[in-house]
Amino acid sequence: MALFSMLGTAVKSLLRKPATRLYPFEKRQPFERSRGNLVNHVESCIFCGVCQLKCPSKAITVVRAEKTWTFDRLRCIVCGRCVEVCPKKCLEMKNDHAAPIGPVKADSVIVQKGPAPEAQTPPAQQ
Amino acid sequence: MKQTIVPLGPQHPVLPEPLSFDLVLEDEKVVDAIPSIGFVHRGLELLAPKRDFEEYVYVAERICGICSFMHGMGYCQAVEEVINLQLPRRANQLRTMLCELSRIHSHLLWLGLAADAFGFENLFMHSWRLREKVLDLFEEMTGGRVIFSIAKVGGLRKDISTETIRRASKVLRDMLPEIKEICDVFLNDASVKHRLCGVAVMSAENAHKLGAVGPMLRGSGVAKDLRVSGYASYGELQWEIITEKDGDCYARCAVRVREIYQSIDMIRQLAEKLEDGPVDTKVLAAPKGETFMRLEQPRGEVVYYVRGNGTRFLERFRVRTPTFANVPAVVTLLKGHELADIPTILLTIDPCISCMER
Repeated sequence: MALFSMLGTAVKSLLRKPATRLYPFEKRQPFERSRGNLVNHVESCIFCGVCQLKCPSKAITVVRAEKTWTFDRLRCIVCGRCVEVCPKKCLEMKNDHAAPIGPVKADSVIVQKGPAPEAQTPPAQQ
Repeated sequence: MKQTIVPLGPQHPVLPEPLSFDLVLEDEKVVDAIPSIGFVHRGLELLAPKRDFEEYVYVAERICGICSFMHGMGYCQAVEEVINLQLPRRANQLRTMLCELSRIHSHLLWLGLAADAFGFENLFMHSWRLREKVLDLFEEMTGGRVIFSIAKVGGLRKDISTETIRRASKVLRDMLPEIKEICDVFLNDASVKHRLCGVAVMSAENAHKLGAVGPMLRGSGVAKDLRVSGYASYGELQWEIITEKDGDCYARCAVRVREIYQSIDMIRQLAEKLEDGPVDTKVLAAPKGETFMRLEQPRGEVVYYVRGNGTRFLERFRVRTPTFANVPAVVTLLKGHELADIPTILLTIDPCISCMER
């Protein structure tokens, strides 16, 4: 039986650089595939509602008539299913994490509105 | 003698998750242990009939954080069997590889927790330092550190390039000296042996009778490992079931340590055999019928039951997790031991409570 068998490792790690990062000052670059947060490029969104249908945690609500896309970050499980099924590919999974949410729960909900329908010009009166 | 009852848990420094035991003590000796569970029950089985079977994979993965990939994959395999879907060889090989990587990360996590339970903080930190490198590999390959979301019914959602796999295999082999340095402390150090050797001995007969699974069973000398059945790509690998004879805490620790080396070797073999080709097949039918699927998780055998009625929603989904199977064994083991040994004994079943309660 070995006594003090950890001593060598302990001394080595005393002389080595720390295994952890000094976080706020030194940040790790996210990997290319990392699933960080979901972004909707609303200008090309057609509000079809497929993402709402396929979301396993029901984090997305789409109202077609009002052209709104609502997303609750605290419900999202970042599986990326919506990005896969989006027919317009306007949903994007960013590989870095979004900023933390403040103390207000409602801050986690992001509402995006599509461009307003072009105002119909009234027929010119003669 | 006068009996006292000492509650252990649901919140206790040694338990990573809430599990409660009422320990009936005579002096310092445990004469009875009454477990109570259900603190983190989330009703995930009941959610299965309410979600599309293809979306439920992401819920199944969240049964547990540590064996997350294997839960997702086990569910997918069960559904695939009901639909009678044949997977491409590459998909199976990649799944097997991710399973073995999960095993390494789970066992390194357990080694750390065990070291923490018997008060060896330094060893705990070093085990987790090594685990971190495996988690980085996961993030690079799948996009998640703990929940991978890469398995789907019909294969994998994303292909992992052969180059990445070979590199991962090399990273693991380069880690070998470091892993050996840490694992040797577990196996040879006098103070570790003092806490583990001869504690909570379970005979092979008892282990079998109480329905123990995984390293708990193999530590008692029963050679049972579901990977022998050759699901996914295990059939094409060269390996042997690891067993230890003694049946004490040390034997269970030794089984896990040796399984880490074995998993690294399996990944090497898979990286060499990796075949080019697609990683998924199209799912054209909805599941109709029922099946049982058994897999070997790091903690032992897990059983999935799936029953479908031909619609997009399953009728019933059931999981029997390894920790649940190990609870009768650990309750029996706790009896007759000193209170100070209880954390170590509890930890040797590798308790995963969120798994157990689903």
